Amino acid sequence: MLTYLINGISLGSVYAIIALGYTMVYGIAKMLNFAHGDIIMVGGYASFCAMSYLGWPPAVAVLFSIGVCTVLGIVIERLAYKPLRSATSLAVLITAIGVSYFLQNVALLVWTSNPKVYPNIFEKIPPITVGEAQISGVTMVTILANIVIMIALTLFTGKTRMGKAMRAVSEDKGAATLMGINVNFTISMTFAIGSGLAAIAGVLLCTAYPNLVPTTGAMPGIKAFVAAVFGGIGSIPGAMIGGILLGVIEIVARALVPDVPSDIFVFAVLIIVLLVKPSGLLGKTVREKV
Amino acid sequence: MRKKMLGMFLAGVLAMTALTACGETANGNNGAATTGDQNQDQPADGQTSAEPAGDGALTGTLNLGVIGPMTGAAALYGNAVKNGAEIAVEEINAIDPAFQISLDVQDDVHDPEISVNAYQTLKDNKVQVIVGTVTTSPCLAVSAEANSDRVFMLTPSASSPSVTEGKDNIFQLCFSDPNQGSASAQYISDNKLATKVAVIYNNGDAYSTGIYQTFKSKASELGLEVVSETTFTDDTATDFTVQLKAAQDAGADLLFLPIYYQPASLILKQASDMGFSPKMFGVDGMDGILTMEGFDTKLAEGVILLTPFSADAEDEATANFVKKFNDKVGETPSQFAADGYDCPYAIYRALEFYAAKNGGLDVTDMSYADLCEILISVFTDPSFSVDGITGQGMVWDANGEVNKAPKAVVIENGVYVGM
Repeated sequence: MLTYLINGISLGSVYAIIALGYTMVYGIAKMLNFAHGDIIMVGGYASFCAMSYLGWPPAVAVLFSIGVCTVLGIVIERLAYKPLRSATSLAVLITAIGVSYFLQNVALLVWTSNPKVYPNIFEKIPPITVGEAQISGVTMVTILANIVIMIALTLFTGKTRMGKAMRAVSEDKGAATLMGINVNFTISMTFAIGSGLAAIAGVLLCTAYPNLVPTTGAMPGIKAFVAAVFGGIGSIPGAMIGGILLGVIEIVARALVPDVPSDIFVFAVLIIVLLVKPSGLLGKTVREKV
Repeated sequence: MRKKMLGMFLAGVLAMTALTACGETANGNNGAATTGDQNQDQPADGQTSAEPAGDGALTGTLNLGVIGPMTGAAALYGNAVKNGAEIAVEEINAIDPAFQISLDVQDDVHDPEISVNAYQTLKDNKVQVIVGTVTTSPCLAVSAEANSDRVFMLTPSASSPSVTEGKDNIFQLCFSDPNQGSASAQYISDNKLATKVAVIYNNGDAYSTGIYQTFKSKASELGLEVVSETTFTDDTATDFTVQLKAAQDAGADLLFLPIYYQPASLILKQASDMGFSPKMFGVDGMDGILTMEGFDTKLAEGVILLTPFSADAEDEATANFVKKFNDKVGETPSQFAADGYDCPYAIYRALEFYAAKNGGLDVTDMSYADLCEILISVFTDPSFSVDGITGQGMVWDANGEVNKAPKAVVIENGVYVGM
């Protein structure tokens, strides 16, 4: 059981780090960026290419990949989402799905469907043995990265000018504009940070599960979305708790009922949470003003 | 920004063009190699020589069509079959000037509709027998047409049982998916590779599930103990720790993996991370694992896989084919190339068999329907068998499925070694 728990936490910590990006963008821009999972995939490929083809050391490759994804996030926001700023949220949602498929297919064109095996960049970190289970180096790094990112994001949105501007935009775009906040710039920054986080998530996802194909980010992206909703979308600690719980549920379900595809449980959790507590575990219930 | 997007598009288009160009060059080289290669060594079993017609001899020119993906995502397979078939035809044509095969290759881009068009083109070109199609879904479409038109088809590599089911004139040269399962169980049992077997299969995939089911029934028939059966789907093909733990806890000493190489590579890594090292046994979907970019081949050390063809087999026929393929294309032939090579030979042997029994056969201008009946009668004749490089003593049942002894290879130091 301990083994399953630890494996669940390993998987969950990857979901959590993706969910942080989701929740951050949703919390501020109030839109679901369904292309988040695919930015993760691009991050994985960017760092893979930097390491394998250019021979860069892993640390530089990760920074390079963060750079690529940040730029990509800003470009996507400018081209695909900004023109729809005043459109219905449904239009933006559909555009996001379109962007997601666009990225997948471009990746198919550029990198083909032949899977690439991602190198283990945390090979030097020895695994810790707990009873009969092992916690691998990449899991420890992922959990650490989760905590650091969570604290950094909380401090950033709470203390800095930019963070305050983001919260203001999320509260009320119109009022924020009147207060002299550049709403477009703020939202662009949100996407830049969210996509930079996606690059880190991409590196960690690919190190933990080293198979890189154009659809690598799609399913973890959707699971992370479930995790974000589970934890309370918009809530930064909620994303992390939701992610880890979801990973544990998935692994334990697979262990207890091996004949049933575990995704049934993952998505059942989403439905139940939406029925019982629509705002998620740590989400705030916001009363819609009529 | 727009320029960046445009750049990406252009890069993509360029990459595509480059790929197509590569295909073209390879074809061009083929043509050149063809002429040079003729009169060289004949296949080992040279049963035939020039004999007068009417005396059991096979004469005339057979128009043989090939359909497969020569461009597009599955082009690798189509071109392998085409090159293999071309080598075989060169050899057959060199055996006896009285019987010649003229090859007509059509591209189907791995698309069922284009494949049916390619089939119609072949019929317009007066093709009498078809080798194809290479991939399964186009084959389903074309075989339905060929079945009603009475055109004999021998597919080198479309392995789904639905390709041949209920169509008396469609035959397979490759193992059907379910056959691989029972062949694997038989092989494990015959060679006493294991006593306790665990299986991990993809229950969202017909190929994997089909192999698993026949494996399981054959295993219970042979008294092979299956101690753990776990599944995954394409959406959960990342984390296999639970399945591996179950296999380990059940004390499995062999892990049967009727899956494609991509999830298999993750299973190998995760098993090694958790210190679980049973024998690993795969099927033809495992073929390709060594060519994955960045894959640590040490992980695949000792993996056994069942494949009809291994390029490093030491028999004369395989060595001859590998050398010719290497000269022609510049790479080691895959299983598809070997399938493509065996197909024209199977048809040639069948016609020869009929000619010997019926006092000769002149195939020039024979209708495809007449040839179809002849070939069906020979392929389903229990005394007809073909020795090819993908199997010795291949025989066919009335269903069109092939029966042949599978070859197993083991991965040692990053290469396949025959067992």
